[in-house]
This record gives sequence, structure tokens and C-alpha cells, in this order.
Amino acid sequence: MTPFSRRRFLQATGVAAAAPFAGSLLLSGCGQQEQVLTIAYNVALPSWDPTTGPSSVNPTIQTYYKAVFDAYVDQNPDLSFKPGLLTEWGWNDDRSKVIMKVRENAFWHDGSPVTAEDVVWSLERAGDPASGNPIQFVWGKIGNFSISGQTITADVKEFEPTLFKWMAFLTGYVLPKKAYTAAGPQGWEEKPIGSGPYMVEKFERNAFVRLKAFDKYWGPKPAFDTVVIKMVGDASARVAEIESGSADLTLQIPYEEFDRLKEKSGLAGAAYPVSDIGMIFISNRAPMLDRNVRLAMVHAIDKNSIVKNLLRGYGTPIDTLQAPQYAAFDASIKVEYNPGLAKELLAKSGYSKDKPVRFTVQTTRGFKPKDYEMMEAVVGMWREVGIDATIETYEIAKHFELRTRHALAPAAFYNWGNSIGDPSTSTGFAMFSYSPHSAWKTPDVDALIGPLWGEKDEAKRIAGYQAADRYIAQEGLVIPLLQYAQPVVHKDSLQFTPHTAGFILPQDIKPA
Amino acid sequence: MSTSYLLRRLLWALPTLFGVAVVVFVLVRVVPGDPIAMMLPPGATAEDVGRLRALYGLDAPLLQQFVNWLGALAQGDLGNSISLRVSVVSLVLSRLPATLELVLVAMAAGCALALLAAVAAVLFRGRWPELAVDGATGFTLAIPDFLWGLLLILLLGVLLPVLPISGRIDPVVSFDPVTGFYLLEALVTGQLRAFGDLLRHILLPATALALPLAAALTRVLKNSLIEAMSQDYVTLAQVKGYSRARILWRVALRNALIPTVTLTGVQFTFLIGGTVLIEHIFSYPGLGNLAIASVIQRDLPLIQGLVLTFAVLFIAANLLVDMTYALINPRVQA
Repeated sequence: MTPFSRRRFLQATGVAAAAPFAGSLLLSGCGQQEQVLTIAYNVALPSWDPTTGPSSVNPTIQTYYKAVFDAYVDQNPDLSFKPGLLTEWGWNDDRSKVIMKVRENAFWHDGSPVTAEDVVWSLERAGDPASGNPIQFVWGKIGNFSISGQTITADVKEFEPTLFKWMAFLTGYVLPKKAYTAAGPQGWEEKPIGSGPYMVEKFERNAFVRLKAFDKYWGPKPAFDTVVIKMVGDASARVAEIESGSADLTLQIPYEEFDRLKEKSGLAGAAYPVSDIGMIFISNRAPMLDRNVRLAMVHAIDKNSIVKNLLRGYGTPIDTLQAPQYAAFDASIKVEYNPGLAKELLAKSGYSKDKPVRFTVQTTRGFKPKDYEMMEAVVGMWREVGIDATIETYEIAKHFELRTRHALAPAAFYNWGNSIGDPSTSTGFAMFSYSPHSAWKTPDVDALIGPLWGEKDEAKRIAGYQAADRYIAQEGLVIPLLQYAQPVVHKDSLQFTPHTAGFILPQDIKPA
Repeated sequence: MSTSYLLRRLLWALPTLFGVAVVVFVLVRVVPGDPIAMMLPPGATAEDVGRLRALYGLDAPLLQQFVNWLGALAQGDLGNSISLRVSVVSLVLSRLPATLELVLVAMAAGCALALLAAVAAVLFRGRWPELAVDGATGFTLAIPDFLWGLLLILLLGVLLPVLPISGRIDPVVSFDPVTGFYLLEALVTGQLRAFGDLLRHILLPATALALPLAAALTRVLKNSLIEAMSQDYVTLAQVKGYSRARILWRVALRNALIPTVTLTGVQFTFLIGGTVLIEHIFSYPGLGNLAIASVIQRDLPLIQGLVLTFAVLFIAANLLVDMTYALINPRVQA
């Protein structure tokens, strides 16, 4: 028998270790891939029904839906509105009816034409409480539809000023009546049919979706015939995806990585303001019932420093719940950084650095860029003027539970999205006491916001919200901190169009 | 191995599973975070909240909820996922094969590595290969599997981009499997391109899981081999003129394997637990990845179903080890 030498053993070991790797390379046939656009996306798609269930109101999921389905009304990257499946929309003069005109040259992915019946069926289904549409409270305000050719008329049961804005956002999608009813909810998940620029070719839950350009799409033909959206939940894995060349575009990565990657050869980056803000909810309980304490909290925070030093300049300090792109943004409402004034206000209530006011502030950690670090900085700034806040971290689920029970800590950091840019979906739902999502619940604020829900004069409605924002700022009832910037890194061979709503629309991505 | 021994072990598994069911049911309700609160639209009223609670059966008293859940469980119904709106059983069944494939590949790789390393260390005892193996096992054990995952992504995914770092298969590869066992199915049906791609995708996550396992097994196997090599029958074999390598492979290894088999079973359960983070890091669509998403969403039925599935896997693995051990050493059946 041949003696077993060290050399022989090492050779055998090397061969054994390399075999799977070499074999897999050979068998997979390197470099045989066709030209596709690959996006490493941060959120998985739970369901293909964009109109019902919890995922339908998740703004980050809309990227998938916007590629496959058409909304009633579409949105430009600056949040302004443009025709979707509806080419015209509006109210009659006394706001008792809505009139909508359906696009003529639109088709479903199965080749059948999009009809006015499909639109009516989608609206009726959305307005039915039994359908499970979370925005039913908006859709249910119109009914008694009638169709004449491509024109739909409906009665207004209760005037909803934001009705047509919602038609561009959450659950505002048209589904095919015939295909959906034939497939049923379970079958629909297997084979969703939209009328958007891309068709679903293959979907592996929590893994990827492969989209194919729809050749009968009514709009511009997408530049890429095949789009793959990989669901990569981990931020470091997304960084690796783009850096290794496995993905052509990715988003929501740490700003430090964004700065590093965009300087790399072959890559480019865009960090642009999106309709998402960071804010500190204030609850109407002690010690927040003291106006001096609230205003001292507000004036002690140097938002510019937070954006510059913590977020590397990516973000926009804000003074109301309206970001600059929103309809009710009022640049004249300013809350100055003035630690001296904060000290004076606290002194009036008997507080100082030696005798600080104490409370708990809650925050997420790692849910939003530098969320915990931001609160650490804020707490540090507060300490300088005589506010001793203890940080308590919570998870998203806990935040929602506490918010719904009106049991948040006196101060609680979270974020607030508003992709339609309407003040009702920012100041309205965040500050009106009857909303399950408000933290400050007092009659004075309700008196300002309440009448605006059904206000028919749009200019008056917007002015009303601006007045409410001014009052809220003067009273320190919430602490708006900043508007987030969304970091996107992509190959420099691509031309990427930032969308203020934060959507990554594959149909808008083109070769450079 | 007697049938009564097997039946006894299976019966013991039932109270364990019931205990797990009770603990997980209570735990997911005690942990802060209300799934209904996360679903509420901006304009939700108190009636909307009540309607949603009733829809998901969360309005009943806790004991009633548990009885309902247990009754459905007895019929093989784990309920519907709140976030994904699909039956939990179908979700688990669709993901389980992916996780099992990952674990089995990791297991095979870990065992093979451990065998090679332990044999090398004993074969070249007192020389540099043994030192290298000892150093490598210590180093490997000191780094948790998820960190290995990140290191492998950096090394073989980014710096030297030779292997894919996410998913189970390249989305553009044409492969329409019938079963959930993609790797096995691709191999059996002769779809070699798909098989190669699947293998490339599983290599990094499986290696991340396999390295700590291999290190732990190497240590035990090496010590067992050293002990076996000092036995009388080894001396006898040496006297008969057998080479050291032959004695090691043919004589000592068989006897040294018993403690290693036990440890392998224990490690198998750790391996399943390790898939949670590894699947997340590699965006691998298995049970672990699903578990993280379900916890974030507070998807109570899904969390319960997944924990029960993991419990069944742990129990099955332990049972398998005990049965194997009983086969090797019949005295344990007493």
C-alpha cells in the first residue's frame, strides 16, 4: 500500500474543497445572462392585492404596485398629479357629484381592454367595508355610479376634499373586474393582472419578482424589457449587492456607505428629499401640559446641526409637519433654535440645569437612519438648558400599540410619511384628537382642524391647515425635526429619476 | 432498536410540543406590540379597530383564543398570516424545503470539513498541520455564524465577486420547480444550469453555517481519534504492519465517531436556529427569513406556526440522534 503522505492529504483536501465551487461555476454557465435591470429593494412584497390588507397601506410597497398596476390618477416626481387610468376628474359646481373619464387605449395584461365598468367595480369594492380596504373611509364617500361611454358619474355622499389625491396613492389602483372575480383572492396572488407598464412574469415570495415590459401599455415603453426586483432586507447586504455588481440600483443604505459608494468608479448616487419626516410626538400629559416646557424643548434643538453632523447633510430641517413639497407648506412659520430662550422659559416654570424637568422620551433604534443617535443628540441639547430626558427604545409594533392606546411617553420620536402631500394626511391625522395616530389630543387643536375635513373651498382649506400649523408651532404641540433624504446608488450607466414619494419606478429608469 | 423504545420517545415528544405551544402562545401575546395597531389606517375609528380585532379572532378572551387555536391546530390548521393573508401551513410548507436544503448542505459541508481536519490533525500529530487545525478551530469557533456570513459576502461577494450573495436562484434562470427542494429537483431532473446556479447561491450561506459546526465537530472528533489511537487494538494493528493512515481510517475512526454523532445531532438543532440570521443576511427565502419578518409585523399566527415548526424540527433531530445512538450503542435503550 502507498504510504499516506502529507502532500497527498493536502492535495486531496484541496480538491475536495474546490470541487463544489468549481462545479457550480461550470454548471451555472457564467456570463450567459440577458440584459436586465436588477434592483436590490429593501422591503419584501407581502401581497399582490394593492387595495386590501395591511400591505396596501405600506408606502414602501407602492414601488411594486406602481410598476404593475395603474392608479386612477398618477403622480409626477414632484408630487403633482397627472392622468393615470383617468384622463379627467373633478366635481360638479356644487360638489354633489364627481365626474371621471376613463382612458380609452388602456389594456389589461391579459389583453382585454380596461373599461369604465372595471373602474366602477374597483371603486365600489374599495368603498365596501367588507372588502378590507383600509382607506374605505375615503372611498365610501362616493356611490351610486353611472356609466356613459368612458365617462363615470357618482354621487357624493360626504364631501372629501382629498378624494382625487387618494386616487394617486394608497389603495388607489384599478383592478380588472373579470380577472379578479374569476381568480378569487388566493388565485389572484398567483397571477396578478394589472394594466401598468410591467407584467409579473415570476414571483418568489420574499425573494424576487421578475417583471416583463407590457407591449400594449398605453404610456411610454419602458427602457428595460426585463426588471428584477430582489428583496434584500439587510442594509449591508444591499451595499454588497451594488458593490459586487449583482444589482444595478439599490436604496436606503447608511449615508456613510452612500458617500463611499457614489465615489466609486462605475457608480453614481442621488440623495433627494422624500415625503417622509422625522418628528417627536408630544402627548398631552405632565410635564408637557406646561407650555414653557414644550417650547423650551422646541427651542433647545439645533436641527441644522443634527442634519449636518449626524446625517452628513442629507435631510432638510423643518418647523411644521409640512415638508417644502407639500401643498400647505408655509415658509413663514419658523421655530428658531434659541437655547437662551429655552432656559428663560424653563426658569419661568421653576426649572434649571440644577433642577431639571424630567421625563421619558421614546425612540426606535435602527428603524430610520440615525434615529437613536438623533435622540441622543436632542437629549444632550435639552440637558444643556435644564431638561433631563431618559431615552427608552421601542420597536415599531410597540410604538403603534402605544400610539393607538394614547399611551406614548410624554415625548416619542417616530416618522410620518405623506406621499400625496396633503395637509390632512400630515397635520390632520397626526394632530386631530379623533385620529388613532395623534398624540396631542386637545379641543383647541380640534377646533382648528375639525372644520377643514369637509371644507369645499380648497384655498380656504389649505389656509386653514397653515393656520393650524402656525398655532401648533407657537404652542409647541409637536416637534418636527427634519425631512428625510432617500439615498439611492446606481450604476452610472443608468439614468435615474428621483421621485419625491420615494418610489423607485423601473419604468422611469433608462440607460444613461 | 425496539419498537417500544421508539414509541416511548415519540410519546415523550407530545408533551414537549404542547409545552412549546403554551409558551409560544403566551409569549407572543405578552411581548409588547399590537398587530392591529400596526394596520390601522389614518382615519380608523374605534369601530374599525373592533372590526379588525374580531376579524383576526383577537377580541375573544385569551383562554378562548388558546382553545380555538389548539382546536384548529389539532386539525392541522395554523390559521392565516395577518400580514401575508395566506394560510400559515402553506407558507411553512413552501419555505421549509429551502431551509432544510440549506441546513443539510451546511451539515454535509461541516461534517466533511471536520472529518478532513480531524484526520489531518491526528495523522500529522505534533507537526504543523495539527497546529494549523487547532488554530483554525479556535479562530472559527470564536466568530459567530452571522459574522462569517458577512465576511464571506465581503470576501467572495464584493472583493472577489465570484459567488452570488443573495437569494436562492438567479431570477433570470429558467427553472420551474414542482417541489420546494430546488437543488435536489434540479439534479434529479437533469437541469444542470439551474442546479449549478442553485449550488452557487447556497454555497456562501451554507459555508457560513458550516464553519462553526465544522470547528466544534473537529475538536471532538480529534480528541476521540487520539484516544482511540492509544487503544490496544490499534497497537495490535500496528504490530500487524498496517500503515498509520489505514489504522486511522479503517479502525480508529469507526470507534471515535460515537461521541461525534451525538454532538452532530445537538449541532443540527443549533444549525436550524442559526438559519434565522443567515437567511436574513443572504436574503435566502427560508423559514428563518420569514420568522424575522413575522416578528417585525407582530404576525401572531405566523410566529406561532413558525416556532412550532422549529420545535418539531428540533424534536425530530433529537429523536433521530437518539435512534442513531441507540443503534450504535444498544445499552441506551434500557
